[in-house]
Amino acid sequence: MSETVSKPAGSVKAWLTSDTPGSRLQARAINLWFAWSDLVRNPLAVVGLVIITLLILMAVFAPLIASDPPNQQNLADRLMAPGAGGHLLGTDELGRDIWSRIVYGSRVTLQVVALVALTAPVFGLVVGTVAGTIGGWTDRVLMRITDIFLAFPRLILALAFVAALGPGIVNAIFAIALTAWPPYARVARAETLSVRRADYIAAARLQGAGTLRIITGHIMPMCLSSVIIRVTLDMAGIILTAAGLGFLGLGAQPPLAEWGAMISTGRQYLLSHWWVATMPGLAILIVSLGFNLLGDSLRDVLDPRGAQK
Amino acid sequence: MSEAQHMTGGKIAVSDLSVTFVQGRRRIRAVKGVSFSVKPLESFGLVGESGSGKSTVLRAICGLAPVSGGDIRIDGGAIQQPRDKAFARRVQMVFQDPYGSLHPRHTIDRVLSEPLSIHRFADREERIVQALKDVGLDARFRFRLPHQLSGGQRQRVAIARALIVEPEILLLDEPTSALDASIQAEVLNLLNRLREERSLTVIMVSHDLAVIDHMCERLLVMRGGEAVEALDRSSLADRKVSSDYTRALLTASEGYVR
Amino acid sequence: MSPASSEAPLLDVKNLRVRFETTRGVTEAVRGVSFTVGRERIGIVGESGSGKSMTGRAILRLVRPPGIATADRLAFQGTDLMALSERRMRAMRGRRMSMVMQDPKYSLNPVMRIGRQLIEALKVHERISSKEAQRRALDMLADVQIRDPERVLAAYPHELSGGMGQRVMIAMMLIPRPDLLIADEPTSALDVTVQLEVLRILDDLVKDRGMGLIFISHDLRLVSTFCDRVLVMYLGRIVEEIEASRLDEAKHPYTRGLLECLPEIGAPRTPLKVLKRDAAWA
Repeated sequence: MSETVSKPAGSVKAWLTSDTPGSRLQARAINLWFAWSDLVRNPLAVVGLVIITLLILMAVFAPLIASDPPNQQNLADRLMAPGAGGHLLGTDELGRDIWSRIVYGSRVTLQVVALVALTAPVFGLVVGTVAGTIGGWTDRVLMRITDIFLAFPRLILALAFVAALGPGIVNAIFAIALTAWPPYARVARAETLSVRRADYIAAARLQGAGTLRIITGHIMPMCLSSVIIRVTLDMAGIILTAAGLGFLGLGAQPPLAEWGAMISTGRQYLLSHWWVATMPGLAILIVSLGFNLLGDSLRDVLDPRGAQK
Repeated sequence: MSEAQHMTGGKIAVSDLSVTFVQGRRRIRAVKGVSFSVKPLESFGLVGESGSGKSTVLRAICGLAPVSGGDIRIDGGAIQQPRDKAFARRVQMVFQDPYGSLHPRHTIDRVLSEPLSIHRFADREERIVQALKDVGLDARFRFRLPHQLSGGQRQRVAIARALIVEPEILLLDEPTSALDASIQAEVLNLLNRLREERSLTVIMVSHDLAVIDHMCERLLVMRGGEAVEALDRSSLADRKVSSDYTRALLTASEGYVR
Repeated sequence: MSPASSEAPLLDVKNLRVRFETTRGVTEAVRGVSFTVGRERIGIVGESGSGKSMTGRAILRLVRPPGIATADRLAFQGTDLMALSERRMRAMRGRRMSMVMQDPKYSLNPVMRIGRQLIEALKVHERISSKEAQRRALDMLADVQIRDPERVLAAYPHELSGGMGQRVMIAMMLIPRPDLLIADEPTSALDVTVQLEVLRILDDLVKDRGMGLIFISHDLRLVSTFCDRVLVMYLGRIVEEIEASRLDEAKHPYTRGLLECLPEIGAPRTPLKVLKRDAAWA
């Protein structure tokens, strides 16, 4: 029985470690497999991955994990200590179960993270590679715009955007994305400048490749790993900015369960009922740590300078 | 066409070519008034040491270096500026460093299929298989990444990439200087065979006089951006050279003399 | 032939091995190499991956982790190098044996003037006044045929040409008057005409001072014309040891293959002989 199970597993492994891939698909799978096995060899990366996986599971299965609906008030049970009355992490000032609110809040956090990660780096990557490849005036104009965005402290700029657009989680995400792209543009441009004069770019030009093909097919793949690393490391900052906006009342609006907003309301009870603000704070801490650990290890795996040997 | 060729005297005619790089306030004259012409199907060598401008001449022909004077003609016609796709179909180049001239994240398959898709070839699959076979690479290398190949194998890929669009002119920039001697012999033999089979006109750049002698019918010795001396094979073999510099290169190619 | 051959050798290497243990398996770069060096010019030739550079590094105990060097015997003038402490080995490396690397750019400190680097190197080894050190530095640069030593002393490494930089490196390595100099591709980054000048300097110094020289190179033609004796390495082993003057009589097919695959000026235009590698050589 065990033999029949191990056999296909063995051949999948052989397929993934073959040094003579037979198709484009296999070649790609092998590269992913090697990056993956490098990544999981690092214990810190595994910790980061586990934290992020748990966060995702939590968000997906929130109704199953949470003990109560997140917005169910019970004024009789308000401000109960952790463990009391079946409330794992206690209740807040309206008697809502904090554990359940944290569980549902992970959905908001994940939404922020996913939307920002999909927009800001892509925009930054495009701006940076175009500026770096074309150079000249294009470069100057694009980079000065980037500089203008970089010159403001991120939270202040996000605050200004939200103030202009009106408070709300969607506008908060939009504001964070708007303030998050310039560093990616910088990273992508620096990477572009270092590969722009490489022989393989000259070779592509001699093949007759146009500028668009060179940027998307040759330069972007070289910038991608730096940007991905940067995104993962920035995730903690993005979560904190979202929480900060929530804390200031400019992000998620009540009664939506959002970790930053939860801390904000818990602040009033900080001295008498510490858990109300501390529990969502711990959630932010753990998730930020998870992204940072993963980002650090991704750097070891993806960094082209390390991978070249 | 043939008339134009007669008038300008060759497949490729470079006359009074100058290349000047501008770096801030500094102007570096890398090539100073170099002229030569290459007959159809001929193999022509440019020899010199570092800073002689030999590679810059090749790069100027492909539009990778700024021409500041003189002109370059192919089949008697001036070249489009900037170089277009039609130019890429006619002129291809193999670079010196096989480690730097292949994209580190593209598989060999991608390296070879890209020029085919740029120039809209239909039978890509067969052409890739054939191209690998032509340069003596086993089909199992097809989906590997460059870092999984040796220097000699990479250079074969670079040659296959250059020849896959069926150019008439092949420019070789020190194609074997980064390779071991035994691998160099294999690559030189391959280049000679392909040159014959594909009816190529070749310009080859090298610092190694013996390699140029093995590959080319005529050659030009360069130093400090200037042409020193034009020679053909037989005068090189008889050591009939007029400049001291060429003589020094000849001596150096024989090793150390006590 | 030379007087040195009758005395105890300068360097005695027996069964030298260098292993690399990584997560993707163990590789052996040097697999049991034995040879002796007297006060002579000995060449180690091989292609990339032959282990020639690693052999040079292992002699000076400069193999970096994860590499591990072992030897049955690694004796320099009777001293067992494998048994020395790292501190005594450092003294040995500075004073008695030296190494010149391929590219001077990576061996000189880029933010320090040449003069200061030379003088500091001198002062480490001898107790002399700064003035005396200055004078000695000038002398040394003159020794390596540098025509304007004052200018070179005041220059930073990046202001020197490749040939000039390599001469400075050689001068620096010769300060402590070592008995053995290991030169790893010392001229490969140089133009051919400059290459010969640098070799001439090295040759004269070896002759005048009676040093031993291990010359590591991929260029069989150069080594055979420059050295007294040649060791040919292939995949971590010495496949042939031969007097340089008798290289034409080399027996091993690998050595022969290396000789025959080089193009020669004036030779008929036939395909070059291609080296056929035999699994039995490894």
